[in-house]
Amino acid sequence: MIQRRISSSTWVVVVLIALLAAVPPLAAYLDAPFYLDLLRRVMIFAIAALSLNLILGYGGLVSFGHAAYLGIGAYSVGILSFYGMHSGWLQWPLAIGASALVALAIGAISVRTSGIYFIMITLAFTQMLYYLGISIEEYGGDDGMRLASRSQFPGLIDLGDATSFYYLVLALLVLSLLLVHRIVHSRFGRVLQAARSNEARTRAIGISPYPYRLAAFVIAGALCGLAGALLANQTAYLTPEFMNWTRSGELMFMVILGGIATGAGPLLGAAALLLLEDVLQGWSVLPKEAVRDHWQLYLGIILVLVVIFARRGLAGLLPGGGKND
Amino acid sequence: MDFILIAEQTLNGLQLGVMLFLLAAGLTLVFGIMNMVNLAHGALYMVGAYLTTWFYQQTGSFLLAVPLGLAGTLAVGIVTEVVALRTLYERDHLDQVLATFGLILFFNELIAILWGRAAIYSSMPPYLQGHVQLVGELRYPLYRLVIIGVGLAVALLLWWVVARTRLGMLIRAGASNRAMVAALGINIRLLYTIVFGCGAALAGLAGLLAAPIFSVQPGMGELILIQVFVVIVIGGIGSIRGALAGALIVGMVDTLGRAFLKPMLSTVISPSAADTAGPALASMLIYLLMAAILAFRPSGLFPSAR
Repeated sequence: MIQRRISSSTWVVVVLIALLAAVPPLAAYLDAPFYLDLLRRVMIFAIAALSLNLILGYGGLVSFGHAAYLGIGAYSVGILSFYGMHSGWLQWPLAIGASALVALAIGAISVRTSGIYFIMITLAFTQMLYYLGISIEEYGGDDGMRLASRSQFPGLIDLGDATSFYYLVLALLVLSLLLVHRIVHSRFGRVLQAARSNEARTRAIGISPYPYRLAAFVIAGALCGLAGALLANQTAYLTPEFMNWTRSGELMFMVILGGIATGAGPLLGAAALLLLEDVLQGWSVLPKEAVRDHWQLYLGIILVLVVIFARRGLAGLLPGGGKND
Repeated sequence: MDFILIAEQTLNGLQLGVMLFLLAAGLTLVFGIMNMVNLAHGALYMVGAYLTTWFYQQTGSFLLAVPLGLAGTLAVGIVTEVVALRTLYERDHLDQVLATFGLILFFNELIAILWGRAAIYSSMPPYLQGHVQLVGELRYPLYRLVIIGVGLAVALLLWWVVARTRLGMLIRAGASNRAMVAALGINIRLLYTIVFGCGAALAGLAGLLAAPIFSVQPGMGELILIQVFVVIVIGGIGSIRGALAGALIVGMVDTLGRAFLKPMLSTVISPSAADTAGPALASMLIYLLMAAILAFRPSGLFPSAR
């Protein structure tokens, strides 16, 4: 039964990736470059949600501050670019490394706690970074800053070209999916899941969960930092809003909406939430102003309903996907 | 001169502290008894501020607007509890966080629909305007003194209710073992609703007190809510005593840090560097304090007995 669930989820991921790979020629044919932009955004957030799913879904660590690493990743690109260093070979490793370091610092303190403390502490630290971003006037403060140029990979790829950038993000998404899959099914991942389902037993067989959880926290932060670097390139603009706590909430919602601790969940959730936002903002059935201005009202109601009534998320709707526990 | 500035900022810190306490007390009670994370607590603060401002504009009487605003917030809190939150008590924290996050989006947009996205003007009644002469040259706004007084009075009242009354006994019993309280024939659902309603009213009180001095706008609740989280984490979750201590510490550290960190730094490093580092460090100060306290006492200063 377990084998079946895994294969069904994997199958969905493969189909989704194939569909995503087919989008650029289709968008060119339909003359709708807008979809390229939207779906690239979906994939970037899917990488971020994927990294959160590693600690939230498999590790049971309810981090309410995951947007911090989106911000660190974006600011790594932005700050280097501010000083005229546009090379992606410099920017992206820095984004990943800096996010990993910050995750190590935040994790070292917060992973020691659990439950509600963990939720509040991760939220508070992220808020601290948010205020730091606001108060540093040199890097734009409240207003944020524009990237003079997208990250440059001379001779390899030009991110200014929408299609090349799209396929690069797709490739990174596939690599991230494979990475998280490998981690979850390794010995390390087994320990992480064991500690989530029963910490006392895990300790009883001689394993302290702390180093495993901290390592997962750092890996998730690093991966999300990559998503942040991509996001800065996507918008060619970055603000402290990347680290706003509502962003952390949205990432959590993506994971839950898609299906927590499932392979396909983060991708499904990111797609569902961002497409839903897009639909709500441009819905032609309802009076436009009422929806376009206040779509968060409907989003809030949907969120409450999903949590109360559809706990297994979209992946739970897949054949064999409902047997999560 | 310097003494006046320090005394004034200390009073400001105290005023922020009692405000944080009003919010933290409700949140920590709801957590301690229902084991429930309520992110929407800040939304109730916002509802209190809006309702009171609106009632004041409609009736022209502040003394009438205050009870109406409190009752309105209480009603909104109870409806929210009965409709949405009640089903979440038995769920894990993740579900509670997400559902109440949804409620925040809902309330912020609802307020934006009703009153618009821009900050609305909220005034204090004429008899609470002006300054009072305290010791020597020290003059302090009357309204802020009233906030401090109300906050301390509520703290005293809460202590009396929790420590000396039958309701308080049930609350304490519910916090330590809810199954046992239910088995002894207490209507635990009703108790939950009462506690949640009280928490909502306290949040509403904080909101209506804040309205004339902070800006009244959608999202105002979340700015202060995260500071309240810091208060609760420092004080220890579920403990009213901890909430009071944490609130005063956070209020003081934040206010004094913002006022004095920059001049203090400029005596050590160059003034231009202090100009940048001062505000940045001041806004991070309470979070660094929280981290330091947690490193030594992972469950806060006054951990509850559980």
